[in-house]
Amino acid sequence: MSPMTRSNLQVGPDGRLRHLLTTEGLPAELIRHILDSADQFVSVGERDVKKVPLLRGKTIFNVFFENSTRTRTTFEIAAKRLSADVINLNVGASSTNKGETLLDTVWNLQAMDADMFVVRHSQSGAPHLIARHVKPGVAVINAGDGRHAHPTQGLLDVYTIRHYKKDFSGLTVAIVGDVLHSRVARSQIHALKTLGVPELRVIGPKTLLPAAVERLGVRVFSDMAEGLRGCDVVIMLRLQNERMNGALLPSAGEFFKCYGLTAEKLALAKPDAIVMHPGPMNRGVEIDSPVADGPQSVIMPQVTFGIAVRMAVMSMLGSQA
Amino acid sequence: MSASLPDPEKLVAAMAEQMRGRLAKDAALVGIYTGGAWVAERLNRLLLPGAPLGLLAVTLHRDDFGRIGLHRESRRSQIPFPVDGREIVLVDDVLHTGRTIRAALNELFDFGRPRAVRLAILADRGGRELPVAADFLGAKVDVDSDEDLVLSNESGRLRLAAVKRPA
Repeated sequence: MSPMTRSNLQVGPDGRLRHLLTTEGLPAELIRHILDSADQFVSVGERDVKKVPLLRGKTIFNVFFENSTRTRTTFEIAAKRLSADVINLNVGASSTNKGETLLDTVWNLQAMDADMFVVRHSQSGAPHLIARHVKPGVAVINAGDGRHAHPTQGLLDVYTIRHYKKDFSGLTVAIVGDVLHSRVARSQIHALKTLGVPELRVIGPKTLLPAAVERLGVRVFSDMAEGLRGCDVVIMLRLQNERMNGALLPSAGEFFKCYGLTAEKLALAKPDAIVMHPGPMNRGVEIDSPVADGPQSVIMPQVTFGIAVRMAVMSMLGSQA
Repeated sequence: MSASLPDPEKLVAAMAEQMRGRLAKDAALVGIYTGGAWVAERLNRLLLPGAPLGLLAVTLHRDDFGRIGLHRESRRSQIPFPVDGREIVLVDDVLHTGRTIRAALNELFDFGRPRAVRLAILADRGGRELPVAADFLGAKVDVDSDEDLVLSNESGRLRLAAVKRPA
């Protein structure tokens, strides 16, 4: 599918968001709208009553064909704070085992008057397939598909960067580690490019970088010290052990020596650089505990902002007729 | 048309005179973005100098969300004092259908349970759709039903104008 069709699928002729499937091709104006809206939802989380009525009467299905307790939980909290009814389905463990196809599962849930699907699937493109086959007015949010995209994570990361750095125009941002298997990295790269980050770097061993990654408009470093120099933002990726079959790396210990973020390596970045990680962290593999828990770490705020950004996306999608 | 509209700065002064001596000791002002916040800042300066001012964004409680979607609004509600048990004076610029006030009450109650809520309005243009009335009022203003009464702030000077509503 061409990027054009993809963006048409998620943005309506009126310029409004219809589905959120990928940050690739998502117009800067829409990204900024999501980030601005998220500001208000951050404040909702700080009140006595952490709930607003925007999605009252709407039904949201979290359909997870691949397990992820944390992502599912943040979507669930976001939906509940918007007053939607939320149903969690761990489909991997039920209907598909009985032979039902993906679309049959979705159509059955649609017949239960679903207004929105939050979909995670190990196959890239599954949320797009669903978005093409739901009724008009039913919205699909991609909560991670294969190695392809995890747009709400990408958006909460750019929200976090904007919160701490205010402006994207002078920033140097490095994404470090297992870019090859990371849908998060792809979503970050597209969003940061669209928002005008002038210097975007990926740092990692050649075996963990996608072929022709430079074509995304990033500078590639295999030497971490060189890549970190002068950075405003350092994003560490999880070393995806469970996806790593074959000899991509000598060992996790070896990886930490070359690409683990320690206080000494972080000192090469700007003194006010922030450290991010999409979680779950492997301490001592891609990040050292003193850095993860240190003053430059914004890993916990990322989680809090993630709820607000998901609330923003859901409320923009939930208002379509 | 707008030549006949009152000067909002004078209306604010008149409102302050109405309100003086009629507010509870613990009263705090809360302005509704955008115009209500400008009016509330002025009233606060005149009536409760130095006291913290609350500001409300009502987007999240609007009742037209299902029709026109999420309003673009990055300002957050900020209530820098406890709301519980206190007298709160809600301040807005123009009172029309009353729907903004309904949304503002919901938003306010997300922060706590005030003892009482009063309503201070700069200009009442009529056309109520909900049972809402001002406790303190600058002026009643006549505008055509296809016009909006709009308060603007031009380098610190408030101005009222009647603007044809886009069809």
